[in-house]
Amino acid sequence: MIQLTSRSKVVVDKKMSFKEKLYLPAIAKGMAITFMHMFKKAATLRYPEVKREFAPVYRGMHVLKRDEEGRENCTACGLCAVACPAEAITIDGAERQKGEEKLYREEKYAAKYEINMLRCIFCGLCEEACPKDAIYLTDRIVESSYTRNSFVFGKDLLVEKMDDRIDISKRKKEYHID
Amino acid sequence: MAILIFKIALILILFLISLGVAAYATYGERKVAAFMQDRIGPDRAGPFGLLQPIADGTKMFMKEEIIPNVSDKLLFILGPCIFMVTSLMTSAVIPWGTAMEFGGVKYAMQVADINIGILYVFGVVSLGVYGIMIGGWASNNKFALLGAVRASSQMISYELAMGMSLIAVIMMSGSLSLTDIVTSQGDGKLWGFIPVSGLNWNIFYQPMGFIIFLICAFAECNRTPFDLPECDTELIGGFHTEYSSMKLGLYLFAEYINMFISGAIISCLYFGGYNFPGLTYLSTVLNPNIVALLSFGALFAKAIFFVFFFMWIRWTIPRFRYDQLMKLGWQILLPLSIINVLLTGGILTIFNK
Ligand code: SF4
Ligand code: SF4
Repeated sequence: MIQLTSRSKVVVDKKMSFKEKLYLPAIAKGMAITFMHMFKKAATLRYPEVKREFAPVYRGMHVLKRDEEGRENCTACGLCAVACPAEAITIDGAERQKGEEKLYREEKYAAKYEINMLRCIFCGLCEEACPKDAIYLTDRIVESSYTRNSFVFGKDLLVEKMDDRIDISKRKKEYHID
Repeated sequence: MAILIFKIALILILFLISLGVAAYATYGERKVAAFMQDRIGPDRAGPFGLLQPIADGTKMFMKEEIIPNVSDKLLFILGPCIFMVTSLMTSAVIPWGTAMEFGGVKYAMQVADINIGILYVFGVVSLGVYGIMIGGWASNNKFALLGAVRASSQMISYELAMGMSLIAVIMMSGSLSLTDIVTSQGDGKLWGFIPVSGLNWNIFYQPMGFIIFLICAFAECNRTPFDLPECDTELIGGFHTEYSSMKLGLYLFAEYINMFISGAIISCLYFGGYNFPGLTYLSTVLNPNIVALLSFGALFAKAIFFVFFFMWIRWTIPRFRYDQLMKLGWQILLPLSIINVLLTGGILTIFNK
């Protein structure tokens, strides 16, 4: 058997000796342990004031990335929607018109891009499927709401704003993308 | 007349202290639990969360009062009342401190010095089980009923061993009055040869009796590891499953009062009550009222320590299984306490000749 920790003890179903049957020594030992814990540092973080740092690979709310010039990366190829096991993504593609080169990087773009956050299981398969470096999961948390419809996030919520870009470099590094 | 005013004032003060201690015991319980589990515990309401009991109380009062349709309404309301009243009544016979003196007249810090004080405590404590039983029965819910049945059988089983371990104490003091039991633990010679002041405590004579009594006190207060009547994992909330709002509050509150009172009684029986080292000396040099307050402080500190001890045990030991509980009560504690009585009797007859 593989030892998982150095503290594991093998349980044997042997008859207890008189000393063990008294229980009181064992209880005293247990009480000493709980008492010592009173002086240990609490593991609690006072949440709204102090926030716990997420792991770099934390999978939270999605972001649709823009490139350096501010053009949307997504080309509405639909691979993410196909990869999605929860069928949470809905895409409508459209052709880029003249004069829209500043807005979209590829000739085809997503006119509608919706993720149903109630269906999504935050598996991250969409970001793995994407060939255009367009969709990423971030460390942002999907906020609660009162209606189901408000959980269908459209492009207004998903596409990153130019003045408020979402940094995903840590995540990329963790995944060895580039 | 003056004595009446003093007694009424004392009753009011004791009432308030019991309620205050119970309120802050709920806070203390959560804090102790948190510290023992490396957490912080409530710290949002006021500095260090000290206003938490007030917030809890307000919450309890604001909650909707639900009386189940199928329940027996009168008994349903009576249950928590009985539980609360009995838990408050026990404090009457406890000698809380040395006598106070106003205008040359001495007033004992005790509501009623009845000469069978300890029997009174027993009687009232065993009445407390009616609060649980009636409440559980009147709820007309199988979980509540199971909790109530468990509570009553558990109390009956452990009361025997408790009484037996008490008999040994009574044999030593030769009196059923709590005042006598406490004063006999003041100055004297420990084990007949070590002279001590205010430290002639029964615990040094009755260690086994103390442990038996302590275990039984846990069972009587329905505290872990004997909290089978309300064990939330199997019986939802046991006898108070159907209760809501302040009626539930009364049950929970009374449990903490019970803890405090049993802490005080344990201190009186085994830890010298209000006696503390140097009490006799202080009473010759200080104003008797100050001495009385000091001695009250000593008893209070001991009682609070036991409240902490109750919590400490709760967050250390898991719950017993029901058959283990019964086995411990009938097959181990009861014979042990009888042996303890026999031993005490034997030793007393040999050495007191
Ligand atoms: S994270 Fe998974 S479930 Fe959510 S949209 Fe992407 S592929 Fe679908
Ligand atoms: S996000 Fe990526 S995979 Fe999904 S449609 Fe756009 S380009 Fe294709």
